[in-house]
Amino acid sequence: MRALRTPVGLASGVLLVLLAALAVFAPLLWGSQAGAIDTDALQQGSSADHLLGTDALGRDIFYRVLVATRLTLGLALLATLVGVTAGLVLGSLPSVLPRWAGRIVTSAVNIAVAFPGLLLALFFAVIFGTGTIGAVLAIAFAITPSFARLTQTLTASISGRDFIAAARVCGVGRFRLLLRHILPNIAEPLVINATLAAGSALTAFAGLSFLGIGVQAPSYDWGRLLGEGLNRIYISPAPALGPAVAVVLAGLAFNLFGEAAASAAGHRQSVRKAPKPVSTVESPSGEGLLNVRNLRVSFPGAGGWITPVRGVSFTVGQGEMIGVVGESGSGKSLTALAVSRLVEHPGVVTADRLEFAGKPLRETSQRELGTSLAMVFQDPMTSFNPTRRIGRQLAEVSEVHQGMSRKAASARVVDRLKAVRIPSAERRARQYPHEFSGGMRQRAMIAMGLMGEPRLVIADEPTTALDVTVQREVLRLLARVQEERSAAVLLISHDITVVAQTCDRVLVMYAGRIVEELPTAELFTSARHPYTTALLAAVPDLETDRDAPLAVIPGRPPEPAEIGVGCPFAPRCPLADQRCREVEPELEQVGVGHQVACWRLADGMPSLEEATVVGGPAMAGRNGEASGE
Amino acid sequence: MTQVAHEVTGSSWLPFARRRAVRFLTSLWVLVTAAFLMIHLIPGDPVREALGMTASPDVVNARREALGLNDSLVTQYWHYLGGLFSGDFGTSLVSGTPVADLIGDRLPATVQLAVTAFLVVVVVAVPVGVVMAVLTRGGRRRGAELGFTSTSVVLAAIPEFLLAVGLVSLFGVALGLLPVAGRDAPGSSVLPVLALAIGPAAVLARIVRVELLSVLGNDFVRTARAKRLPARLVYVRHALPNALTATLTLGAMMLASLVAGTVLVENVFAWPGLGSTIVGSIQQKDYPAVQGIVLVYGTGVLLVNLAVDVVLALLDPRSTIREA
Repeated sequence: MRALRTPVGLASGVLLVLLAALAVFAPLLWGSQAGAIDTDALQQGSSADHLLGTDALGRDIFYRVLVATRLTLGLALLATLVGVTAGLVLGSLPSVLPRWAGRIVTSAVNIAVAFPGLLLALFFAVIFGTGTIGAVLAIAFAITPSFARLTQTLTASISGRDFIAAARVCGVGRFRLLLRHILPNIAEPLVINATLAAGSALTAFAGLSFLGIGVQAPSYDWGRLLGEGLNRIYISPAPALGPAVAVVLAGLAFNLFGEAAASAAGHRQSVRKAPKPVSTVESPSGEGLLNVRNLRVSFPGAGGWITPVRGVSFTVGQGEMIGVVGESGSGKSLTALAVSRLVEHPGVVTADRLEFAGKPLRETSQRELGTSLAMVFQDPMTSFNPTRRIGRQLAEVSEVHQGMSRKAASARVVDRLKAVRIPSAERRARQYPHEFSGGMRQRAMIAMGLMGEPRLVIADEPTTALDVTVQREVLRLLARVQEERSAAVLLISHDITVVAQTCDRVLVMYAGRIVEELPTAELFTSARHPYTTALLAAVPDLETDRDAPLAVIPGRPPEPAEIGVGCPFAPRCPLADQRCREVEPELEQVGVGHQVACWRLADGMPSLEEATVVGGPAMAGRNGEASGE
Repeated sequence: MTQVAHEVTGSSWLPFARRRAVRFLTSLWVLVTAAFLMIHLIPGDPVREALGMTASPDVVNARREALGLNDSLVTQYWHYLGGLFSGDFGTSLVSGTPVADLIGDRLPATVQLAVTAFLVVVVVAVPVGVVMAVLTRGGRRRGAELGFTSTSVVLAAIPEFLLAVGLVSLFGVALGLLPVAGRDAPGSSVLPVLALAIGPAAVLARIVRVELLSVLGNDFVRTARAKRLPARLVYVRHALPNALTATLTLGAMMLASLVAGTVLVENVFAWPGLGSTIVGSIQQKDYPAVQGIVLVYGTGVLLVNLAVDVVLALLDPRSTIREA
């Protein structure tokens, strides 16, 4: 019970246990006092003898409140249990049943949900006569439809998301889809609402009893005691206040516990105290459009700060096309986000130097960033706002940053959509993202970047979600943007061939650092870092033996939290020696525009041939064992 | 393929309108039928119950005859439906006046209370929820988050009639600032509206916050930030509309329960609306009056739900609601 670890969860949990204990023991302990009629002490106010006063028959109200816990809680829980169970079942049925049957359930729920709880309660009170059973049924039926509707609505909204579509396409059955994919994702609002339902069932009973339609004498719950006390609240407040406080406390206990349970279910992490990040030193600007020196990105983790990007330095020249490659988790996407100032709290970005167009990035105005720095994200499915038309989403860049009128901005949208070769641009601009295909969406995303006058386009895995032909179109488009507008492009990809096709220079990242930087022209001839050569060896080409399993790099990249001393690649590197495991190498110049961070090269030990011969086939293990690590 | 998608979207409105109209009419029919059957489901003789044990059998029978209760069920149902179409809700057993007059007399006061309270809820809860979501996003300001959630939970846990009594004793009795009963004095609606609105506003604000926080994690919010839009536009234009589905659904339920809440609050404040009338009618076993008032409440809620569904369909271009 993770909920109990928070102070609120603990307090409300204790309160619930106390209430449960009262419900069990109070009638046994104080049942006789609560029922004792004392004609000498009728309608008294609060006193030492009678903490909350006495009622019309002289019975002690304090004891009556304690004893009434059992009936109050019992009835509320009974009603909630019946109502929530029925609601969940009804709400889930449409996603499991055949379509026509689901429709019948949906419309039945929709008819039922229309009628508010109290209205139902009054309706049943008329039929059953006023009483406990009618009230339990009424409150349960009042919870059922709204809960069913909530389940349905949440299911519908989650069903529109990509991962559900993906699971459905993969042939996941309806029940499994519901239990494994849909319900866990809507658990939090459901839990919040179930506990709210328990709390409100309790207060609803109090309300019915207050109106004289709920629990009837000689039985009594808090609501009934409250109703009796309310009649004379202006004379003595205690007889009403006691049960009122009880109702509020119990309601609170349910609600707070629900809240705590919900946040535990949502896996919200508690954030530890942040260490002071290294202060940022801004030194005078150097060459190039984008200058990055010693960029670090840190996040608070369970055991302290985790730094997925650990001192990255590079320069992007005007109109240059730079590729960043690395496996997932190498920190390349975070580098891109940090460079574009999109890392959000609690992430912390520091750098000795982070300059764009000759100015420190943190001093660059939003307007300038919005028009001269364009971003293209990995998943064109989710990167557009589903509720707004494509045209509006593009136009707002010009409206906000270039002060264009709505009309002028719309004209520019059409122009830019044409520039990225989207056919019938006028019509397309009025459509919603879901009406676009994936490749077209990615082109629209690039067009969005072209709404300004981009000097740098940062494309984070822009082709990963697309098929190969569309991938080529998008890459060609990026190359065209670079040529025609002399914009620089920072292309991030896990696919070294994508980068090799299009870029001028390549940065190879591993475990949050750049391990090799070299011109693309030299990539296939003089790449020297064992990781780079392994990446290249893992690419199948025309001469690859089709019958052999695909080459892979054995092992996996370290998690940011696992990085210790030494070269992070050492555990996977066939050339690693003692020094590699103890001290992490820095980037060293090995040729014009070519840097490598590897001890074994600095030692002058392995030549490229040796690295490829030793490293290539051995690391790119051709048998299943090597890749199975 | 996208061409097809476009056409589907364009033509999904007509089926939606048809389906929604069918559902509305079906619900209305179910409501009317339930209200009709209510009287017949009561064990024993409703007229005897209403007139009391002392009434002579002749009087009871005469009243039964006058109400048409001696006809066959089908005939009664037919007459009932016919009566409803011509605005005839029956005659009160207690006062002998038409129920339609009673409703016309009392309905405006209840509508005034419910609508004002709902507006207060929305005007307060949505901005508060948005601001709290923005302030506490990504685990910022733990203290503010704790303060907000505990305050909203406490407020939501206090039933409206207790709140009403508290407000009466504080502003009415202790401070003497505001009138506590009736609807004639200026400012007399302030306390009932507050009593009705505070709890739902707390709940709605919390839901808005939770929904908005989950929307803020989406890729398109990052895109909006990458466009360097002002924070206001990122939250209000891009995030908020995507958080509205659940918010509106809950808001509609809240409006419905708020309508029901008027019953309790009207009783505390002696507000001359339908809510105080229905409780009196139940206690006096004035079944035609109960029937009529139940119909009015039910129809009102059905109309609210219809409006919400139309708004949801307008807001949701992927048409999941329309095609659901």
